[in-house]
Amino acid sequence: MNPLLQVKGIEKRYGARIGCRDVSFDLYPSEVMGIVGESGSGKSTLLNCMAGHLQPDAGQVIFDTRADGPVDTVTMSEPERRMLSRTDWAFVHQHARDGLRVTISAGGNIGERLMAVGERHYGAIRGRAIDWLGRVEIDETRVDDRPSAFSGGMQQRLQIARNLVTGPRLVFMDEPTGGLDVSVQARLLDLLRGLVREMGLSAVIVTHDLAVVRLLADRLMVMKDGHVVEAGLTDQVLDDPQHAYTQLLVSSVLQV
Amino acid sequence: MNEYNFAYLDEQTKRMIRRAILKGLAVPGYQVPFASREMPMPYGWGTGGVQVSAATLTPKDTLKVIDQGADDTTNAVSIRKFFENTAGVETTEETEKATVIQTRHRIPEAKLREDQIIVYQVPIPEPLRFLEPRETETRKMHSLEEYGLMHVKLYEDISQHGAISTAYAYPVYVSDRYVMDPSPIPKFDNPKLEMDAIQLFGAGREQRIYAIPPHTKVVSLDFEDYPFEATKAEHCCDLCGAEDSYLDEVIMDDAGNRMFVCSDTDYCRSRREAGHMGRLAGENAA
Ligand SMILES: Nc1ncnc2c1ncn2[C@@H]1O[C@H](COP(=O)(O)OP(=O)(O)O)[C@@H](O)[C@H]1O
Ligand SMILES: [Mg+2]
Repeated sequence: MNPLLQVKGIEKRYGARIGCRDVSFDLYPSEVMGIVGESGSGKSTLLNCMAGHLQPDAGQVIFDTRADGPVDTVTMSEPERRMLSRTDWAFVHQHARDGLRVTISAGGNIGERLMAVGERHYGAIRGRAIDWLGRVEIDETRVDDRPSAFSGGMQQRLQIARNLVTGPRLVFMDEPTGGLDVSVQARLLDLLRGLVREMGLSAVIVTHDLAVVRLLADRLMVMKDGHVVEAGLTDQVLDDPQHAYTQLLVSSVLQV
Repeated sequence: MNEYNFAYLDEQTKRMIRRAILKGLAVPGYQVPFASREMPMPYGWGTGGVQVSAATLTPKDTLKVIDQGADDTTNAVSIRKFFENTAGVETTEETEKATVIQTRHRIPEAKLREDQIIVYQVPIPEPLRFLEPRETETRKMHSLEEYGLMHVKLYEDISQHGAISTAYAYPVYVSDRYVMDPSPIPKFDNPKLEMDAIQLFGAGREQRIYAIPPHTKVVSLDFEDYPFEATKAEHCCDLCGAEDSYLDEVIMDDAGNRMFVCSDTDYCRSRREAGHMGRLAGENAA
């Protein structure tokens, strides 16, 4: 089986400061990669480089496209990359407001990607939107409400529905449970786990919360100061951390 | 009139505007930026249209100016006066006789010809503005033909009102390439956008010019299950009896009696002169 995504030697600097450097890994279909590390360790920088939101200073992000097989998305044309972003890729932001259109109804938010790829039947779009509201546990009577009337947890679930409606092959998530109450986080995690399994999603999830990767990620990368200090199967890394920093990270969680 | 250059604007400015017009004609529906000049009238009074007309008019032209279909509103009269004074061109109220027609919010009912030019006054040229306020982003969306958002707007319309309620400035897809705002004409006029005449659009405050060359494909956006409809009031004109013209509803008295009259005053007059009569013809209606 070919990797869905091959990340090779990604480096991003902000002036003299290093955002991330020398990051490489392969992601296979239906695999979830977790990226953990403390604040400022370069997780978001790396994710944004992979998703095409930031231009890396070095490295390749090779995606196995439907049409042409493996292509370096860093050097592909902007129209091609934007097309990928609204079809085969999805991006879930930490702050739902960054990933939603707050002046548009929930149904319109979910339908946007469908319309962007040419769906022109109102009834079909609405049907899919209502179906997806159900899948993220939002009552279908809210289909015409604006997300500004939703709670934080509902907004995040709506953002997930809006991203998954076109059946993307790769989902990038940046702290998807960050900023939510603990009880709300648990429900969202359960939901995400269900969707990942059911849809066989491939995903890269960035988080500082080890409970999130424990539940969702098959494999794990631990980042510190912009580079990867340890990588492996999630359970192995968390149960038997090799690097001193990972040991510290794991032990500080256990003390909570 | 000698204190002005022909049609008020200096020759260099008119050349600059003509270049924008030619570019617009070469790329139908594409919004061409231009350096809008101060005009001796406030924004919202059609300064964009006036500048396009000024760059288009020649001394031999005959100008007609309409505002919501009428030749006799303050706005139409003052723009007509402006060009009478600054360009010395002939003016007319007859669509037939005009070679240049400046309009706000309507397309005349009479079919326009290849030797005519119609100039629209445009308040907001960007059809994506309502959904995406960032200009850098809307320009990118046009360049990459990312128009999904236009249908999001129509989706919102249907979900809120049960039908596409957009009645004016109904967005169109020009020449299979650019989504364009046809200015606040009623959607009844949209099918006329595929016409024989040259169509020029000027937005003064927003500094944009765009155009539709003759015989260009113009499609009104819609959904398969909610197709575009060029609707009008379900009446005929109470003065001339026309069944095919766009109508204004006029309240006649405190008892709430109403009448429907052609919004295109020249069309209505010419029909009455030809002997057509509506329900209230002969009564002393405004
Ligand atoms: N836009 C930026 N300009 C300058 N420095 C930045 C910018 N974004 C992030 N950084 C720096 O890059 C490093 C990695 O940040 P980030 O990727 O946001 O880490 P994380 O997501 O793990 O918290 C930090 O030192 C941060 O201060
Ligand atoms: Mg971050």
